[in-house]
Amino acid sequence: MDSSQLLGITTFTYLFSTLLYVAIFVFKAPRLGTPATLFTFLAWVIQTAGLILRWKESYNLGFGHAPLTNMYESVVFFAWVIIILYLAIEWKFKTKVIGAFAVPFAFLAMAYASFSTDISKTINPLVPALQSNWLIAHVVTCFVGYAAFAVAAALGIMYLMKSREAGRQTGESSSLLSSLPPLKTIDDITHKTMVFGFIWLSGGIITGAIWANSAWGTYWSWDPKETWSLITWFLYAITLHAKYTRGWSGTKIAFLSIFGFVAVLFTYYGVNFLLAGLHSYGSS
Amino acid sequence: MKQTNSLWSFFASVKLAIFTLSFIAVSSIIGTIIPQGESHSFYIKNYGEVWARFFEVLDIPDMYYSWWFIGLLGLLSANLIICSIDRFPGVWRIVNADNLAIKPERLQKMSESKSWKISKSTTDPVLLSKVLLKNGWKTVQKKTDNTVLYFSQKGRWSRTGVYLVHASILIILTGAIIGHFLGFKGSVMIPETKSSSKIYSYENSTPIKLGFEIRCDSFTIEYYDNGMPKEYMSKLTVLKDNREILTKNIEVNSPLTYEGITFYQSSYEGYQDFLITITEQLSEEKKQFIVPFQRQKEWKEKQLRFGIVNAEAIGQRVVRSKLWFKAGNSPASIEWIKDGKSITVKDGSKLYSISVKQMYATGLQVARDPGVWLVYIGCILMLAGLYMAFFMSHRRIWLLITTDENNRSSILLAGSANKNRVDFSSRFSELAQKIESSIS
Repeated sequence: MDSSQLLGITTFTYLFSTLLYVAIFVFKAPRLGTPATLFTFLAWVIQTAGLILRWKESYNLGFGHAPLTNMYESVVFFAWVIIILYLAIEWKFKTKVIGAFAVPFAFLAMAYASFSTDISKTINPLVPALQSNWLIAHVVTCFVGYAAFAVAAALGIMYLMKSREAGRQTGESSSLLSSLPPLKTIDDITHKTMVFGFIWLSGGIITGAIWANSAWGTYWSWDPKETWSLITWFLYAITLHAKYTRGWSGTKIAFLSIFGFVAVLFTYYGVNFLLAGLHSYGSS
Repeated sequence: MKQTNSLWSFFASVKLAIFTLSFIAVSSIIGTIIPQGESHSFYIKNYGEVWARFFEVLDIPDMYYSWWFIGLLGLLSANLIICSIDRFPGVWRIVNADNLAIKPERLQKMSESKSWKISKSTTDPVLLSKVLLKNGWKTVQKKTDNTVLYFSQKGRWSRTGVYLVHASILIILTGAIIGHFLGFKGSVMIPETKSSSKIYSYENSTPIKLGFEIRCDSFTIEYYDNGMPKEYMSKLTVLKDNREILTKNIEVNSPLTYEGITFYQSSYEGYQDFLITITEQLSEEKKQFIVPFQRQKEWKEKQLRFGIVNAEAIGQRVVRSKLWFKAGNSPASIEWIKDGKSITVKDGSKLYSISVKQMYATGLQVARDPGVWLVYIGCILMLAGLYMAFFMSHRRIWLLITTDENNRSSILLAGSANKNRVDFSSRFSELAQKIESSIS
C-alpha cells in the first residue's frame, strides 16, 4: 500500500462523511451524529497515515522532506487541517450540523488533488531555495490560516441560509434549516474561526518574510503572492475592525467571511496559475 | 478650535482606517497584474502609447514605491498613531482603575451578578475570599464599617493588545524606512579565484564600496540523480588589507554576514575556461591555473605543460574534460576526467595530483539592512498583540459583603468580562455555586 492509495481512499471517505453530515441536516437524524463523527475521525486518521507514508516514501527515494512542498501536497494538507479544525469546533460547540457545510470543503480539496490533471502527484526532491527549516513553519502557518478561513466561509454560507429563512418568517418550524444552530451561535463561531485564521495568516506572512530574508536578503519584495496575502490580511483586518468598532455582525460578517475566502483562494491558487512570481514552486 | 477637533476626529476615526485599508488592498492588485519594473518600451508594446503615458504619470511601473502608494501608507500610519493617542488613555485608565472604589449599585447592574441574604452568624468574609482564591482569583480588599469588598481581576493587560498590534505595524514600517535609507541592496558576479571590493546597486547599478574584499574560492553545483540541481555552493573568503579574515561555504538559505553586510547565493555563470589545480604530492607545492579551452599552459619551475583538448557538456555544464599533460621529457598523457575530480600522474620520482573543473562565477546578492531587527521585533509584537487582543479577556470579579443593623448579611457576587462572555458566564455560575455551598 502506498501513500497515494491511502490519500485516494481518503477522498472517498470524506465524500461519505459529507453525505452522513448532510443526512443529519436534511433528514434531521441526530442518531447519525456519533457515526458521522467517528467515521470522519477515521477518515482523518487514514489521511494522517497517508501523509506520514508519503513523508517516509520521500526518504526512501533518498531526499526526505515533509510532504508540504508542492500544489498536491499543500491541497492534501489543507483538507487535513480543515477536518481537524472542524472536529475541534464540533467538540467545543457540541453541534454536528456544521459538518454538512465544512466537511465538503475538505472533500472538494481532496477530489481536486486526486483527480485534477493540472497537478502532479510525484514526489520530487527540493530545489535549493526550498531547503530551509522555514519551509515547514511557513506552509503550516499559512494553511492552518487558510483552513480556518474555509471553515469560516462554510459558517458564513450556513448563516446566510438560516437568516434568509428567518427573514421569510413562514413560521414553519419543521423546515430544513431549523436544525441549524441559532443565528447568534453561528455568528459567534464564524467570528472566532476568522480571528483564529487571522492570527495564523499573520504568522504565515511573517514566517514567509523571515524565510525570504534568509534566502534572498529581502523580507518583502511585493511579489504577487506576497501582495495577495497582504490583500487578504487587509480584508480580514477590515472585517474585524468593522465588527469591533462599528458593530457589524450577522449577514454582513457572513458575506465578508465568504468574500475573504475568495481572496484566500486567489492567493493560494489563482496567483500560482494566473500571475508569475517567486512562488512558482507551488504550481507544479 | 472646533476645526482642529474635527480634523483630529477625522484622523482618529475607524472609518478612515477602513477606507485606507480598502484603498491599499484594492490598489495593490494593480501591481500584481501589471508587471513591475519593466522598461518604458515594454509598456508601450503591451498596453499602447496612451496607457504607457498614463502609467508613467501614476508611477505604475514601480507602484509600491510611488508617491501615492507611499502616501497611502503614510495616511494609514497617521491614522494608527492618532487613533491610538485618542483611545489609549481611556484604556489605560481601565487597566489601572481602582476597582475597589466601585459603587454597589453598579455591581448589581453588571452582566453577571448573584446575591444572597443570610444571618450573620454563618458568614465569615475571610472564608469567602478563600473560596475566590481557591478558584484562582487572587483578591484585594477594602473594609468600611459595615461592608467588606473583595476584588480580583485577570488579563487586564489584554486590553492593550490592540494598541500593541497598531504599534507593531508602525515599528515594522519604521524598520522598512531605516532599511531603505540606511541600507542597500545589490549584487555582484565574482569568478572563481577572483575577489571584489565593491558590488552594484539594484536601483541604478552604481558601485557600492564594501570596505573589505570578498573572494570566491570555489563554486560548485550538486545534482540529484534525476539531474535537478540539489545545491549551489560558494566558498567565500573575506579579506581585509590582504589578510584573510574568515572563510565560509554559503548556500541558498545559508548566507555569510560580515560587518552587517550579508552575501546570498543567488546565481552563477559558467565559463569556457577551466580551473586546473596541480599539487606535487611530496613537497605539497600547489598552484592553480585558469586555462582557456584548447590552449596550452605551463608551470615553468616544474617543467609542466598542460591543456584541455576536449570536453563534454550538457547545455552549458561541462560533465567531463580531456586533459593533456606533459611533465619534462616524459611522454604526454591524455585522460578523460569527470568535472571536479582529480587524477594522479607520475613523472620519474615525482607524483602530481591534478584536478580539473569548469570555471564558474558565483552570483551573489548583497544586502545591508540595519532596519531588519526592528521589523522582526515588530513581527513578534504583532503576534503577541493579536494573541492578547483576541484570545485573552479582561475578567473582573467583585464580592461585596454588607451587614445591616439587624445583623443580617447580604452577599453580592458580580463580574464582567470584555470578551468571550459566554465562557465567562459559565465560569461565573460555577463560582457562584461554590460561594453558595460555602455559606449554606
